[in-house]
Amino acid sequence: MSLGIKPAPVKKTLTVAAPPEKAFEVFTAGFGRWWPASHSIGESPLKEAIIEPGVGGRWYGLLEDGTENPWGDVLDWEPPHRVLLAWRIGGDWKYDPDLLTEVEVVFTAEGQGTRVDFEHRHLERMGDAAEGARASFDSEGGWAGLLQMFAAEAAKAS
Amino acid sequence: MAYGNTAFAALSDPTRRRVLERLAAGPRAVGEIAEGLPVSRPAVSQHLKVLKAAGLVSDRQDGARRIYAIDPNGLGAMRAWLDQFWDGALAAFKAEAERAANDEKAETQ
Repeated sequence: MSLGIKPAPVKKTLTVAAPPEKAFEVFTAGFGRWWPASHSIGESPLKEAIIEPGVGGRWYGLLEDGTENPWGDVLDWEPPHRVLLAWRIGGDWKYDPDLLTEVEVVFTAEGQGTRVDFEHRHLERMGDAAEGARASFDSEGGWAGLLQMFAAEAAKAS
Repeated sequence: MAYGNTAFAALSDPTRRRVLERLAAGPRAVGEIAEGLPVSRPAVSQHLKVLKAAGLVSDRQDGARRIYAIDPNGLGAMRAWLDQFWDGALAAFKAEAERAANDEKAETQ
């Protein structure tokens, strides 16, 4: 069943005090240096988070137990201006190779720094999988668990 | 780090998640939402108020009744989570990019 919801894309704009080349490099090659380690969909803790360079590169997490957790892949690769990633994690928090939501990050030089325009779109495609998410709505592993995890991370980061 | 956490806080309550679940099936009046929930109708109204303030639901007047619906321009539950999630992740990215740029500057000086 589809929820009949078409959510607006998640859009963020931020200014980074670093040139576009550096911002692009940190976002992609340095992905594992800033990605919150607690945000893994796997059973085991996240050891490393990786975006492989170039179109077709894999976007995945490497877990402590050695398993790889795929999240998506690189659709467009235009350093240092733009990267387009496929995020293939559905509303049930599971990887689905047939699901395509897009994460686009555009880096524009602005003065000494970089304006970063971020968009995560086509979220309505998560709708079918969202039925599974609703089933787990009240479970410990569902929203409650994730939100607790997020709260812990937010408190740690602040 | 600043987290705009209204949607986040709104979703942290199990009753509010159940209210949202009911609205996922279609627009409803307060009475219909409250049916079968183990809380009073005024309590449901209070929860709706919080969900509305968080941008998760919208309402419209229909005669004497007020009809609530999941806000299609605002946030599905998944979107609410992603919105929070990316806020935190991008703040971490900004900090790391600026740290790296600073290190480089220090090296070349």
